[in-house]
Amino acid sequence: MKKMTTGLIIGLIGLLVFAANGWCFGRKTVIKIGINAPITGDIPKVGEGTKYAARMWLEDIEKAGGLTVGDTKYPVEVVIEDNESKAESAVKANTKMITEDEVLFIVGPQSSKQAIPAGAVANNYETPMITPWSTNPDSTKDRPFVFRGCFLDPFQGPVLANFITEEFKFTKAAVLYDVASDYPKGLAEFFKKAWENLHGPDSVVAFESFTTKDADFSSQLSKIIKSDAQVLFTPQYYNEVALIVQQANELGWKGPIVGSDSWGSAETVSLCGENCYGQFFSTHYAAAGAQGATKDFIDRYQAKHGYVPDDVAALTWDSLRLAQRAIEDTGKITGKIKKDRKAVRDAMARIKNFEGITGNMTFTEEGDPVKCAVIVRISDKGEYEFYKSVCPN
Amino acid sequence: MDLFLQNIVNALQWGSFYALIALGYSMVYSILMLFNFAHGDIFMVGAYIGFGIATGLLALAAMAGLPVPGWLVLVLTIIISMFLTSFVGIFIERVGYRPLREAPRASAAITGLMIGIILETGNLALLGARRLSFPSLIDTVTFQIGSVYVTNKKIFIVAVSLSLMFGLHLFIQKTKWGMAMRAMSYDFQAVPLMGVSINKLAPLTFAIGSGLAAAAGILYGLAYPVLDPYMGILLGWKAFVAAILGGRGSILGAALAGFLLGFIEIFAAWIFPSTFRDLIAYSIILLILTFRPHGFFGQAHSTQLRL
Repeated sequence: MKKMTTGLIIGLIGLLVFAANGWCFGRKTVIKIGINAPITGDIPKVGEGTKYAARMWLEDIEKAGGLTVGDTKYPVEVVIEDNESKAESAVKANTKMITEDEVLFIVGPQSSKQAIPAGAVANNYETPMITPWSTNPDSTKDRPFVFRGCFLDPFQGPVLANFITEEFKFTKAAVLYDVASDYPKGLAEFFKKAWENLHGPDSVVAFESFTTKDADFSSQLSKIIKSDAQVLFTPQYYNEVALIVQQANELGWKGPIVGSDSWGSAETVSLCGENCYGQFFSTHYAAAGAQGATKDFIDRYQAKHGYVPDDVAALTWDSLRLAQRAIEDTGKITGKIKKDRKAVRDAMARIKNFEGITGNMTFTEEGDPVKCAVIVRISDKGEYEFYKSVCPN
Repeated sequence: MDLFLQNIVNALQWGSFYALIALGYSMVYSILMLFNFAHGDIFMVGAYIGFGIATGLLALAAMAGLPVPGWLVLVLTIIISMFLTSFVGIFIERVGYRPLREAPRASAAITGLMIGIILETGNLALLGARRLSFPSLIDTVTFQIGSVYVTNKKIFIVAVSLSLMFGLHLFIQKTKWGMAMRAMSYDFQAVPLMGVSINKLAPLTFAIGSGLAAAAGILYGLAYPVLDPYMGILLGWKAFVAAILGGRGSILGAALAGFLLGFIEIFAAWIFPSTFRDLIAYSIILLILTFRPHGFFGQAHSTQLRL
């Protein structure tokens, strides 16, 4: 019903645009953008951030009366599909949006677990897709039509290994990760490699895993604690972070616990509470102390939804703006969806020095942006404080 | 050695959940000769009801300005939630299973799966997909004995589980209704002819099983304070394995097998690379079942099996 109402409003706006342009006849092309997000499933907060950011973007477009390509204004429709945080549902959602809804561009899915298989679908159907949050290299690898809005795990792994080494002067690390999910598994391995490059072989003294949906990590954590590791690295999502940190404390872990960008959700602190205060993680942007466009975005989001947007929302916003820029850059929309998709893809690949709220971006050949990572400290009030910024050389 | 003792403590806590949930499977099986596959989701409902009661009681105490101690809230939460969740069990029996009592067993088993899905998605529709954080009702106190760490919550969880199991044992051995249950598990055809009403016995069994699942749910929330609508699926499956391992219909067997399953999982993750935990743990169980196909305490049924 909501979709219909939105469609109606957009249709009306479209009509007005017709009148303004003095075009009384002819069918108007609607630009459809697909969003593939985990609205339900394991990480619904990620889906919520995606949805809210997309709605804010659509609001801006509607306020401007549509998307201007060349000298025509086109109405925009956003199609949101739920991937239930499952790989197979993400594939289905992409296929549906591409073949039935005929979207011009897809934003999402967020996690690598869904972005890797869903990216294959988009690439096969030659539909440009940008995954805002997936940091695993496989999402965009050898897929000319797939882009991403964030840095990669081969970059994030060394960033964290270097940070821990410089900050704490530690030489022995433990890793606990979910072996059944692409993102944690990939990042755990990149971290291990980077750490062993710095401190020699066997410096990762415990490399323990579990599988998705596990809640008890006592056996793995007991092993880690007895292994004389000085720091625990766990690249997990917010629901698992809360359990891991609490159980580690209860089993007598005293060292710091460091995480990755999957910690950045607005929900991490509300589930984990004081146990997580003082811990560090790497992410895409720090909300506390932001300035300029980033601050505007945060203020607008917070005023509307009552909480500080997490990195997913910010990256989704940037990804949508990148898509908008690419569509605008094509210069004209032909209405032939295949041709338009190709033109948008080419325009996307040409984007240089895009000023996003999560940093400046230029795409590499693989469709990956070159951008900086931020190390955040969870303050004693539970806020994500900027600690330091690490840029690629 | 330290790690060995620490893992025994870990396994005792983890096994408690399997044992409490497996009891529900086993009890229903002994009466109705069917496995209630919605049981894992009843556990989830119990945890959510517990969450509601706990937050409600805390809010009430705050409103009245009374300094109610956390342990009192916890005990009240467990009692009230067990009571309320038992009605969920009675309702499921009445609506889901009773109309299908004469139907083929496969239909009844499917009913359980469907009710499970209804409970999960119903919860999703009602509360949304957001995770809930179970309130920490008592402050965690960590005791260090040698280099083994034990928290007061762990002790509480194991103690409550064991006393519930002991209570169930007394009920089944000492009361008339308990006797009726035992009789029914021997012969489900003759016992109803002796004046034992299956329409009373079945809801009672579901009520007790669901009450135990609710207790497990709250204890679980205490140890792993992140609640989600799908939390009962995996735990339910594994507890089902425990129920089979203990011997279908055997109460003592289910409890022991629940703890054994906890031990096997924890120790498999300790001794072998944790990646292979479930692979190794469940291979061991398959091996046990190969040699003891009826589980530890199960008997080959003389009457024709209906499952």
